[in-house]
Amino acid sequence: MGQPKTWKEWIFTLDHKIIGIFYLAASLVSFLVAGTSAALMRIELGSLGPTLTEDAGVYNLWLTMHGAVMILGFQIPALLGFFANWVVPIMIGAKDMAFPRVNALSVWLLWSGILLALCNLIVPDSFNGMWTGYPPYSETDFAGNTALYSLIIIVLGISSVFGAVNLACTVMFMRARGIGWYQLNMTVWCVFTANIMQLIFVPVLAASVLLLSLDKYLGFGFYDPGQGGDVLLYQNLFWFYSHPAVYVVLLPFLGISFDIIATFARNRIFNYKVAVWATLAFIPVSSDVWVHHAFVAGLPNWLRTMQTFTTLMISLPFGLLMLSMVMTLYKGSIEYRTPMHWIVGMFFMLIIGATTGIPNALSAIDYGISDSYVIMSHFHYVMAISGAMAIFGGIYYYFPKLTGRMYSEAMGKISAWLFFIGMNVVMGPLYFIGIEGMPRRYYDYQMFPQFESMHALATVGVVITTIGVLIMLYSWLHGMFRGEKATANPWQSQSLEFTHTDVIPGPGNFPTPPVMPEGWSPYSYDKTVTKGGSE
Amino acid sequence: MSIQARTGSMALMLLSLPLIPRPAQAVQVVPVPGQSRQWDVPPHVHFDELLHEVFWDITIIGVLMAVVAAYFLFAYRRRFPDEVGRLQKLSPQAALGWMIIPVALFMADDIYLFAKGWELHKQYREVPENAYEIRVTGAMWSWTYTYPNEVETYGELKVPAETPILLRMSSEDVVHSHFIQQYRVTEDLMPGRVTYMWFMPDKVGEYVVTCREYCGAGHSSMYGKVIVMAREEFNAWLESEAAAISASATVASAQQVVSPAADVSARDFGR
Repeated sequence: MGQPKTWKEWIFTLDHKIIGIFYLAASLVSFLVAGTSAALMRIELGSLGPTLTEDAGVYNLWLTMHGAVMILGFQIPALLGFFANWVVPIMIGAKDMAFPRVNALSVWLLWSGILLALCNLIVPDSFNGMWTGYPPYSETDFAGNTALYSLIIIVLGISSVFGAVNLACTVMFMRARGIGWYQLNMTVWCVFTANIMQLIFVPVLAASVLLLSLDKYLGFGFYDPGQGGDVLLYQNLFWFYSHPAVYVVLLPFLGISFDIIATFARNRIFNYKVAVWATLAFIPVSSDVWVHHAFVAGLPNWLRTMQTFTTLMISLPFGLLMLSMVMTLYKGSIEYRTPMHWIVGMFFMLIIGATTGIPNALSAIDYGISDSYVIMSHFHYVMAISGAMAIFGGIYYYFPKLTGRMYSEAMGKISAWLFFIGMNVVMGPLYFIGIEGMPRRYYDYQMFPQFESMHALATVGVVITTIGVLIMLYSWLHGMFRGEKATANPWQSQSLEFTHTDVIPGPGNFPTPPVMPEGWSPYSYDKTVTKGGSE
Repeated sequence: MSIQARTGSMALMLLSLPLIPRPAQAVQVVPVPGQSRQWDVPPHVHFDELLHEVFWDITIIGVLMAVVAAYFLFAYRRRFPDEVGRLQKLSPQAALGWMIIPVALFMADDIYLFAKGWELHKQYREVPENAYEIRVTGAMWSWTYTYPNEVETYGELKVPAETPILLRMSSEDVVHSHFIQQYRVTEDLMPGRVTYMWFMPDKVGEYVVTCREYCGAGHSSMYGKVIVMAREEFNAWLESEAAAISASATVASAQQVVSPAADVSARDFGR
């Protein structure tokens, strides 16, 4: 099997699969920390007035941790760390990433960033300026340790950029013989596109948060109007990264969903080439929509109008991807295993998330719902919940390849639907009180006592979700030690990571270097049916 | 100096013009466009109509996708173990058609919504000529409203009914956001800029104002209210407040320190 034996071999490993597992571990730790803070917040909001804490600062710390750790610690490392590292090189028939040492550096930088983020829970002056860190607030002493915030973002940013260069080079130069650009899995295309976006946009984020610390500690005035700076400069720079960051999460989880759907429907991707180009189209489209995060921030009216239009244009590539996804089911032969259950749930969540985005795109509608629970609910549906469901579905999908064992189907399916129902019970009511005026980031809502029942209902939803998550974690632990032995291709997939590897891929991934025949595609189910079993 | 050298240095100067620092402008004032407009129906009424319409739009799109997906998920279940999907590869023409037609449909809906949204956006951003102007100052964690005759209120925005109200807003410390639920209108306040919003109080009553940009521990307690009064009642209140101030302000005004916000007001708020 070639798994590392001693702790030194684990720590200094250059194997992309072990590094991928380190990414997965980091992202699951982050998920538990950020999920716990979400549960604490919901319990706090479940009833009017102070419930768990009388200190709004404590609540704001939970909120800051929830946002920052979920996005930067859970989703991006799971998608661009675990799936990009563990899955992509095998999908393209490569032995490893292009730069294994850089890969190891990326994952340990990520762990450093996550440990630094956890330090924010114990330092006396924890940063509470939200994951967005808007100045001037984030430059005041009220906000806590701005330097820690800047450092975390910069460390994670360097990790992301190294990872992105590495993955882009891997996809460009390490493909096995016979695998052309139009024969790549959708996961590969989506992760590749997301990493190109990271390369373009992360440096802007790193610069913008660096300037925060320069302002606060060294008296520079980049964001200080008193010194000729501008408060809005930060918002422009921040969202220039952070809107594309939504697609950095969205695209990879769509990619994984495409692959899972293709495998369980045993179908080709509908209109594959158009889907590929729609994926790539997100790079230019996402670079010019950031003002919709600042429609009410005093920016010029012409800019709001223009970016309303560019924001609506997101629906074109996104609509094409959704169309390809749903049409991949058409005339399929769908088998319902646990990963497919998670992806079906994801798809319906994504429909809600995508459609609720359309009103938010209009600047005029934003005047009434900006920074309300409408926005909060929308991005949870489109990015947080859909993303989490695709990630968990993906983990179940690769569980046999990671552990060599099968999980319990019953537990997997129950956890998927508890998560689905629970998250809808949380986010549905909150969407409607958002329309009625409930603002985001509130520790309490004395001015809107009529919303208490809906808040209480949402808190019940968290209980359901938590049960689902606990069952999921138990099913993994149980499967890891007690599960049935898996075969090399438990889903009869046509994709390289199942057809050409051992049950658990060993060092070098493939017993013999794969050479793909003319016309091979990871989705050509109508030509040959693999019967499973190892090669 | 030769001609070439002179042209060269002039070209250099021209090129470097944008780099020469301009005198710092302490406060950027967002201009209020089109103050000649008269809007018959207040924007918040149109807001509800547009939101309603957009909800129908997205419900149709969403339900259509969900129903199609649900049908496929049901109809194409695996019937026997070795069954494979029968989706054929599209011909280049069909692939193009499956791109162009959906894109055209989405585009049509987008342009329709954009046109609707733009119309309402203009209503929100172009202020009627007869608007009554009140200054708003946000500070951690309270709202200060200053009337044209320098009367100030805290946390209570008293306005006359059936008069368009223009708020010129700035912040003393961090970014805040002034949101009035009843009038469906939000705009940020920040130091160094003067932003604006307007609304039409059509009915007498009391409505909630909240802060909508995270501003620290007191963010969720930074709320107040809009009190809409009949016009005569409002005038009487304003005059009595002004009289009370002038009676007691002789000492206070001498000691008043001119704050940056007050400086802004002197230049930009005066009509």
